[in-house]
Amino acid sequence: MTEAAVCPVLHERDHPLQPPVGFAEAVTGGPIKMRWPNGVEAWMVSSYAGARQVLSDPRFVSRKGGHPEVRDEGEGVVDPDQPGNINGIDGEAHLRLRRPLSRGFMVRRMNELRPRIQQIVDEHLDVMEAKGAPADLVSSLCLPLPSLVIAELLGVAPEHQELFQAAARGMFGKNSSKDEFAAQAAKLGEVLVPIIEQKRAAGTNDDLIGLMANDTDFAMDELIFLCIGLLVAGHETTSNFLGFFALHLFEQPDQLAILQRDPSRADVMVEELLRYTVGQLGGAGLTRRATEDVEVDGVLVRAGEWVSVSLYANLDEALCPRAGELDLERDVVSHLGFGFGPHQCLGANLARAELQIALRSLFERFPNLRPAVPVREMSYRTDMITYGAAEIPVVW
Amino acid sequence: MPTVRIDQTKCIGSGQCVLAAPEVFDQSDDDGLGLVVITEPPAGLLPGVRDAVDRCPAQAVNLEE
Repeated sequence: MTEAAVCPVLHERDHPLQPPVGFAEAVTGGPIKMRWPNGVEAWMVSSYAGARQVLSDPRFVSRKGGHPEVRDEGEGVVDPDQPGNINGIDGEAHLRLRRPLSRGFMVRRMNELRPRIQQIVDEHLDVMEAKGAPADLVSSLCLPLPSLVIAELLGVAPEHQELFQAAARGMFGKNSSKDEFAAQAAKLGEVLVPIIEQKRAAGTNDDLIGLMANDTDFAMDELIFLCIGLLVAGHETTSNFLGFFALHLFEQPDQLAILQRDPSRADVMVEELLRYTVGQLGGAGLTRRATEDVEVDGVLVRAGEWVSVSLYANLDEALCPRAGELDLERDVVSHLGFGFGPHQCLGANLARAELQIALRSLFERFPNLRPAVPVREMSYRTDMITYGAAEIPVVW
Repeated sequence: MPTVRIDQTKCIGSGQCVLAAPEVFDQSDDDGLGLVVITEPPAGLLPGVRDAVDRCPAQAVNLEE
């Protein structure tokens, strides 16, 4: 039997809001093997059922080491044995870290945070309005909101913000090296250790660092890395998505009109925007490794092989009819916008609250909000592992 | 009667069940894990429970119909 050619994983896009060039064509018809920039090959799974299967079956593990990477460097920048690396461990060891953190992101707790999120959103929209059009939506709202909220939730003073953001860029740049990652992590550790020690001494658990420091058996090196993960994971992703939501709506005026008619339904609309946006990003996915031979979507994945789950699966008709279209009148469906399985996004309920409040408030405040330049001509950041608009110039 | 259970050995405390059926589920203040408030929900609440079963990322919610 001859092996089919292995397609490379590409990141270039013809349209900034659509999947990378050739991706949809390559994955249509079932799992294929794709080769990542670091040379590692992985099965690309992009069906809804296949994605749920791989992400929830314990025979597919998250432990890294020699895994597919968007960087050219072979091994990735995070040591597979890094303590507190919640995304790279499985089973009971993962639950030990995950469960206490889940408590910090409980639905009730996130709902209690809503008035404060609303206040931060309103303050930023006030400034944007006072300065007048045109404004950059990314720096006016998308970027500051999630980083302010996660800093408060963790219990970290806002003066450290800039350091956290600079470190995040150093650590999660596409071309960051292992040494650079370690150097930035050490720098963050110097700031975090005194904060953690202070909360330990005070014995408080009303913020996330206090909760982790006093209500768990986490060691200091685990605490530091978990804090770093929470600081960087939260803000870039939520920020990029808020921007993408606005951009998709600008590109689809009929959908924007649905939101403008009734911004109070933003809670439901955010779910559809998450489904659609994550699906349209397509491409590179969440990587897992098979520990046994397992059949997925008709192919036999052998023990030891890598699987890359593309959340392009959100556009699978098996999830909902006309899955390739954005439809803000759609009821909520079980989309994979936050992933699936035990590693599903820890901050999903926080991200939901931020996105719902921001989207609703933005279009209530500026009912005529529109792009100042065509969406295709805006600049997009492709130097980071996460992808998003660098600037979104708007007028109203 | 249809019966709802959460497998506490699998639950990760994501709270998806609370979003899907807030009348039927809650999260424990002690550990954030899912709690069943109404073990035998009336017919009107079953669509939300089925949604919770589908949405639970840890596949820890069970509905025996």
